[in-house]
This record gives sequence, structure tokens and C-alpha cells, in this order.
Amino acid sequence: MNETMTMAAASAAPTQRAAGARRAQLPILALVCAVTALLPLVMQDVYLQNVLILTLMYAALSQSWNILAGYCGQISLGHALYFGVGAYAASFLFAGYGITPWLGLLVGAVLSAGLALVLGYVCFGLKGHYFAIATMVIAEIGLLLVHNSELFGAALGIHWPLGADSWSSMQFARTKLPYIYLALALFVLTWLATYAIEGSRWGFWWRAIKDDPEAAESLGVEVFRSKMAAAAVSAFFTAAGGAFYAAYVAYVDPESVMSFRFSLLFALPAVLGGIGTLWGPAVGALILIPITELTRSYVGGSGSGLDLIIYGGLIMIVALVKPEGLLSLVRPGGAKA
Amino acid sequence: MRHEGINSGMSPNASTATPLLAVRGLTTAYRGLIAVSDVSIDVDQGEIVVVAGANGAGKSTLLKSVAGLERARSGAITFFGERIEAMPGHVITERGLAYVPENRRLFPGLSVSDNLRLGSYLYRKRADREAPLERVFSLFPRLKERLQQRAGTLSGGEQQMLAIGRALMTRPRLLMLDEPSQGIMPKLVDEIFAAVQSIRDTGVTILLVEQRLAESLEIANRAYVLQTGRLILSGTAAEVRDNPDVRKAYLGI
Repeated sequence: MNETMTMAAASAAPTQRAAGARRAQLPILALVCAVTALLPLVMQDVYLQNVLILTLMYAALSQSWNILAGYCGQISLGHALYFGVGAYAASFLFAGYGITPWLGLLVGAVLSAGLALVLGYVCFGLKGHYFAIATMVIAEIGLLLVHNSELFGAALGIHWPLGADSWSSMQFARTKLPYIYLALALFVLTWLATYAIEGSRWGFWWRAIKDDPEAAESLGVEVFRSKMAAAAVSAFFTAAGGAFYAAYVAYVDPESVMSFRFSLLFALPAVLGGIGTLWGPAVGALILIPITELTRSYVGGSGSGLDLIIYGGLIMIVALVKPEGLLSLVRPGGAKA
Repeated sequence: MRHEGINSGMSPNASTATPLLAVRGLTTAYRGLIAVSDVSIDVDQGEIVVVAGANGAGKSTLLKSVAGLERARSGAITFFGERIEAMPGHVITERGLAYVPENRRLFPGLSVSDNLRLGSYLYRKRADREAPLERVFSLFPRLKERLQQRAGTLSGGEQQMLAIGRALMTRPRLLMLDEPSQGIMPKLVDEIFAAVQSIRDTGVTILLVEQRLAESLEIANRAYVLQTGRLILSGTAAEVRDNPDVRKAYLGI
């Protein structure tokens, strides 16, 4: 009897401790939110506000990518496709039919999740590099299809009609403040989704699949369905980010929302900050996105590629020195026992 | 519908009619080569059955085929009266057939307690999930001491204990072990073999693949010997031990 009690205690203790460490993440999120929300009061420069919006947006998008790649271990290099689906769904519905981008965002996200299930059904038989290459090729096919479709404006894309500033149309020409809060909301939602997944049975399964799919299967984990679920959630949030971006720049064309460059930009912050971690994508985005924007404005032109060279260098350093990402530097406990 | 698992209390050697596991004419290819060819084996309720053979004899492929991780080209696998050769691995696990793969295959980044939890996530009710934990701790007290440690930091023997413990968390009727003694210090090998026996004594049938034939025959009821994918010998543990070819080829006598 007594022995049973201690065993029950021993088995309960670890879960409680882990839950405590997890709950400590929520105040950090609250702090990040507070700082970000107050930042525009002191930072009124429009250019810097643009950098802030993009940083938040890429933090959210990289988090979405991280859900599939970091937690479930399925490295996708084709997330630009889902981004494009979201961006085009919102633009097409708003410019063509005057439907509010809020609905467009939802439609795009659901379409994108459905598309991820279809593609996952085809691709999840592939392992490792083959899967990554397949996602890349499929995204390129998507880009070509949109490029050649008159319905979506082909190479010219879709311009959002000019109108008065309003929340219902997600259009604000006079101030960037609403976009800061929208981007922040996007980031918080993807973060909270990841947080919830991390503590759930699904989160456990995904990490097991990442470590060793065959061993996971032998323990009763439904590997295929788990991967499908991770892909759908990841695509859903990526498309939501795409719809936001389209509303923000009020214009989409194939290259500006679906090029391979985006697939890279979603992956790199997570890799730099710490793949498969809650804060990795945000930390990575906080470093990478300002670098991109600064080099762009100093060197001029968006096609110079200098930022990508810097990225490449940073990633190489991280891969050599700290493969777990920068976050493992501040949490040595996470790297070792 | 889930089975009752290790608490079902079925007595060993109870069955005489149909075997718990029946493999008939199994042929499986591994990476395009036929690794198991027309193999038939039976495992009765409450037995420890050993499958022996040299490297590349097809032992692991046989277990993987039964576990649903490799697809059979032909043949039938019946477990507890149900055909399972076409079922996906996770469904087979739900039916009560657990598999501990070669080289343990733990989740090295997860803690010992999380590795164990993963085995029990088959069950929706918390009580069902935690019930086997006590049994695992009493079999392997070391695991209880190391609950918070990452699985990757355990010694080889402890990792094997964790792999077996993790499989027991699924509450199997039949436990298949692939080379549990591999890469483990001799003292712990005895401990593992003793644990296998006591797992059997709680009503879990064992199908064991081992290179250490002498030790495994000591705890086994029956044995099969594979050579280049084919079954060349089968019999009781004593019969196999006394077979002149086995003595020469595997026991070094």
C-alpha cells in the first residue's frame, strides 16, 4: 500500500514539474506582447514600424512552419504555396467580390489546410530529403499555375481597390498601427496554438515521429495521420499569414507571394533560433528580418540577395557551433540532461 | 475493442487449441531482396519462443513483418484469431502485440518518463495509462530513479530496460524482443533475461530474437533456427540445444 503511494507520487511529480516549466512561458508571452504593443508609442518612424510588422509576421510564419518541421520533423521547403493560397484567396475575394478579407483569410486558411492534406497524402510516403524536394517542386508548380491563370491576373496579379481606412477591409493607408496589432495577434495565435500542441497527446506523438517514426508506429502512434494533422495545422496558419500580408501590401502577384524565397524565409528563423522550440522562430525572426530590411535599404533593390548571403553565413555558423539553435545557448539545461 | 493486456491473468501453457500467434508461409522482402522465405512459426500463449540464426538470417525482418512495419509479400499472420498481415503497425499494437526493435530505438531527446508515457498513449483513460507503470518500475527499479533524465543519457542496459518498459506500457499480450542483449555489459544481460522471464510469468507471451543462443535457450520453451531466410530447424529448447549442427554452428561446442 505504502509502496504504491510512493510510486504514484513518483509518477505524478515529473508531469507537474514539466507543467510548471511550461506555464512559466505564458508570462513571457504577456511581456513580449506588452513591449510590442507599447513600442509604436516611442518608435514612430514608419520605416521602423514596417520592420516591426514584418518581424512579427515572419515570427508567426516561421512558427507555423515549425509546427510541421520542428515538432513533427517533416522538413517542408514549399510553404510559399500555402502562403500564396492565403494571399490569393483574400485578394481574389476582396478585389473581385468585395468580400471582407477577414472571411478571405479564413477561406484561404481552410483551403490551404485541405490542400496540405491532399499533398500530404501523396508526399508523406517519401522520407527525409525526398519529402523536402517534393514540397519544393510542388510549390514551384503552384507558382507556375498561378502565373498562367487569367482568373488570378496571371503575372500581373491582383491589386486591392483603394478605399477608406477600415477594419472590415483591413485597409489602413494613414497609419501602420493597426497592422502592428494585427501582426502581433497573428503571432500570438500561432504561438498559442504551438503551445497547446506542445502539451497535448498530439505534440508527444509528433515529437516521437520526428525522433523515430518506426519506433513510434510500434508503440501505437498513428504516424501517417499525425503527419497529416501537423501539415494541415501548419498550412492553416501559413495561409492566414499570407492573407494578412496581402492586406498589408494591398497587392499580390505570383513572384511577390509565392516565390521560393518565402519558403526559405519561413524556415530560416526557426532554424537559427531553435527548431522545434516554442521561442526559436521568434528569436530567429528578431535577428534575421531586421538584417534583411536594413541590407535592402542600404544596398538597394530587393533582388541583390545580400541578405540571403548573410543568412547563409549565419545558418552555417549555427549549424557548426550550435546545431540546436541560438536558444540552446540561453538554456543549457535544454541541451544536456 | 482493446484487449485486457497484462492484467488478464491468463495462466501459462493454458492453450492447446489455437496458437496465440501463427505465421504461415511468410515471405518478406527487405530492400528488394527476399529476407524471409516461406517461414511458418507458432507461438502459444504463455511461452517463451526463441528465433535464432546468424546475421542476415532474416530474424529481424520476421519480427518486423509480424509487427506490421514491413509488408509481407505472401503468407498469413494470425494473432489472437485475427488476420493481421495487412494491418498498419499502430493497429497491431492496439491488438496487444508489442515490439521492441533492435538497438532499442528510444526517443533520445525525451525524458525517461516521457518515453514511457508514449507507450501508454494508446489508452484514453488516465487510469489505464498509469496502471502498467508500477509493473515497469518493479521490473526495472533503475528507471524510477532516472525518470527525469533524457533517454539518450542512459547506459546501454538502462536503455534496453526503458525500451522494454515502454513496450509494456502498451499492455501487450505478446511481446517481441529483437536482440535485447546487444551492446550491453554482461551483468545487465542476466538482469534483462531475468526480466524477460518474470514478464512471461505475469502472463505475457514472449517471442525473442537473440544471438546469445545458449542463454536464451535456458529460459525458452521452444526455438526456431533460421538460415538465409529459411527455417532449418525447430523444436523444444532442449531439442535445439542438443542438435549437433546447432552445437557446432551456434553454441561453439
